[in-house]
Amino acid sequence: MTGSHTIEKEACFHCGDDCLTNAHIIEDKHFCCQGCKSVYQVLSAGNLCNYYVFNDHPGATRARSDKRFDYLSDPTIIADLIDFTDKEITIVTFYIPHIHCSSCLWLLEKLNNINSAIHYCRVDFLKKQLNIRFDNQQLSLQQLVELLYDIGYEPLISLQDVIKKQNEAGKDNLVQKIAVAGFCFGNVMLISFPEYFGLSIYEQTFKHFFGWINLLFALPVIFYSGSSYFVSAWQNLRNKVLNIDFPLALGIAVLFGRTLFEVITNSGAGFTDTLCGLVFFLLVGKFVQKKTYHHISFERDYRSFFPVAVHVVENEVEKPVPLSQLHTGNRMVIRHSEIIPADAILLKGEALIDFSFVTGEAVPVNKTLGEIVYAGGRQTGEAIELEVIKPVSQSYLTQLWNNEAFTRKQDNRMQTFNERVSKYFTIVLLLIAFASLFFWMSTDLRRGFAAFTAVLIVACPCALALSTPFTMSAALSIFDRNLFYLKNTKVVEQMAAIDTIVLDKTGTITSSEGKSVHLEAALTAGQEQLIYSACISSMHPLSRMICQYLGNIQRLPVAEYRETAGKGITATIDRHHLRIGNAQFVLGHQNETIHFTRVHLMIDDVFLGYFAFEHHYRDGMEKIAALETDYPLLLLSGDQNHEQHELIRFFKSPENMRFDQSPQHKLDFIQSLQNDGKKVMMIGDGLNDSGALKQSDLGIAVTDNVNNFSPGSDAILDGASFHKLPSFLRFSKDTVTIIHLSFLISLTYNLIGLSYAVTGNLSPLTAAILMPVSTVTIISFTSIATHFMAKRRNLL
Amino acid sequence: MNIIYFLIGCSILMAAAFLGAFFWAQRTGQNDDLYTPSMRMLIDDEEEETPEK
Repeated sequence: MTGSHTIEKEACFHCGDDCLTNAHIIEDKHFCCQGCKSVYQVLSAGNLCNYYVFNDHPGATRARSDKRFDYLSDPTIIADLIDFTDKEITIVTFYIPHIHCSSCLWLLEKLNNINSAIHYCRVDFLKKQLNIRFDNQQLSLQQLVELLYDIGYEPLISLQDVIKKQNEAGKDNLVQKIAVAGFCFGNVMLISFPEYFGLSIYEQTFKHFFGWINLLFALPVIFYSGSSYFVSAWQNLRNKVLNIDFPLALGIAVLFGRTLFEVITNSGAGFTDTLCGLVFFLLVGKFVQKKTYHHISFERDYRSFFPVAVHVVENEVEKPVPLSQLHTGNRMVIRHSEIIPADAILLKGEALIDFSFVTGEAVPVNKTLGEIVYAGGRQTGEAIELEVIKPVSQSYLTQLWNNEAFTRKQDNRMQTFNERVSKYFTIVLLLIAFASLFFWMSTDLRRGFAAFTAVLIVACPCALALSTPFTMSAALSIFDRNLFYLKNTKVVEQMAAIDTIVLDKTGTITSSEGKSVHLEAALTAGQEQLIYSACISSMHPLSRMICQYLGNIQRLPVAEYRETAGKGITATIDRHHLRIGNAQFVLGHQNETIHFTRVHLMIDDVFLGYFAFEHHYRDGMEKIAALETDYPLLLLSGDQNHEQHELIRFFKSPENMRFDQSPQHKLDFIQSLQNDGKKVMMIGDGLNDSGALKQSDLGIAVTDNVNNFSPGSDAILDGASFHKLPSFLRFSKDTVTIIHLSFLISLTYNLIGLSYAVTGNLSPLTAAILMPVSTVTIISFTSIATHFMAKRRNLL
Repeated sequence: MNIIYFLIGCSILMAAAFLGAFFWAQRTGQNDDLYTPSMRMLIDDEEEETPEK
């Protein structure tokens, strides 16, 4: 069935890519590149070929095969990276983005087979971290990283160490506090049961005993588990803010005080059961609200994008220097696909720099010797040498981070519903409590105090405090399932309040494939050569794409060449006269009603046809354009306005599109919208959007791979879910409605409780029943309602 | 019925022991990574000293 010329494409044994050559074969195993092959060789030498047994093609492609880890010999860098070291062993934790399957786990925990200096390795799969303990006499950190690189697991090492930050964040003992509260709650409930069922006269001694034991259990609940509420309430009072923690702390304190009084005077059973239950449920609510995404960081800035170190030439010798020690006047060497970390002047080499991440401009830029190259660009091509003219922290790009938007505390951007309501709630609660105190005080002081405390106990906004965390965490997990990762629960409410959407262009609404070219003309090889020769002289993005499309053709000498900006090229090559450009330019009339860019071709006054350029916008861009009725849509692009007439179908009018925007412009534009009272959502992807993302009321970073770099933002959206954005917006509004409803429910319970409380006849049993019942109602209502709404919005 | 005092004391002590055990587990990081062990156990053990190269 196969002819002799048919080569079946083998999948690479290591990474699963198609093998384009047959050059890399070991035994009967095909490899796509030298890199993959060498990984296999390392593993088979270590007798670790089981790696390939657990999963098919578990590896990452290793087409790139240059090692650049010599900066890891610098002591200051080493000190930043490692967790612990002494004379013999070093412990280090790496973040390895490629960890994805059981083979990875197996191999990385068997590093000892490859190098016996490694004593211990443990993978944390969800965090994609590898913890290694090794003998630093036999193995240096650099060698270790090179070893990891050799087997295809390159650790991500950046200045802004993600790992250490995360490990620090999780230490507030919330779980322990819940454990203590739960332990006391359970025991108190058990001991309170006799009281609920009634004790006979003979058993009255037990009543006293049970009371004291309960009081004992209440102590750790108050002073350990519940302490954070008192601290928070006190801090807020000092800042003259009444938030929900105040009535909660008041409720807890009153519960404890009254219990203490009743037990000591032996006048009642006290409310320890309610107290412990309250604190327990509140803490559970807090726990639920805290969702952490181990592999995603929302706080990244330029430091995690820039390399750790750069090569500097000093006295003809190249040595790695940490970025913090890079000074003005240093001469640095930047190789292919390395990032330029500081503003510098080009001294040597041919620079073709890709600024797509900084400016949004998709096409690499040519720089001539002596020109200033701004930080953040990625060199493509040969190695270049540059002289630093500004330190890293003061360069054009990183200056953005000195803006006040980055120093402002992020959390105070918008008051949540809970914060707004709890202020009035607290005031009304205190009014009712004091009213009932004064009402009874004239007749019966004791009853007055009973009513006063009972009001504070019953109206303690437990259900209210729980409605937001439970609704939001349910909403968060639904967003999570749809590949939309929110930084915290407050973001949902921010999203519901949005009324304007601003989009970045490159990488955000255009997908990574960029655009496609197709030729609507029959050209001879000679004609192709002519067109190629004309276009290769032009720096215009479309010309470059035409050249790319035509492939590598021999370039002819150009006799005469003239480029009219925004129109086209006229050239004379090999005595042929070429006109290449838009319809107006080539044909002399305008027929640009079409959406797509065309470049028309004319050789010797004969019209041959045109190149059509079609941009790939992300799926669902139409759906987002349809949001326009509810949310004004604006475009902020760092790019030139080449695509304006194609984008007009999404953005309706040219006023809604701004091109050629610097990062600072973007930030300022968002600010001006906000000054007009708009609540702005910014959707962007690159470092150039960082300022705008930070300034906006809700910044969403779009990325095609959540493990990759994405700028600091409130939420990270996987490109695959871009089309769901309208549903996300509607769903966020739904969740806010659910919170409002659950607030009404909890208010109803409070009213029922209050009707008992104001009379001063609140029995501990009523309180003990009312509190958990209201809590359970709220929790079940919010989770059922959230799931129902998610179904309705097709998010489940 | 005085035995109740003793029984309650015992039950609280036992519960406290479990609470202590939980604290110990938490402090020593046994609950830090709850996912990876589930994968680790599915990986087959290697046969010791396989003769093939």
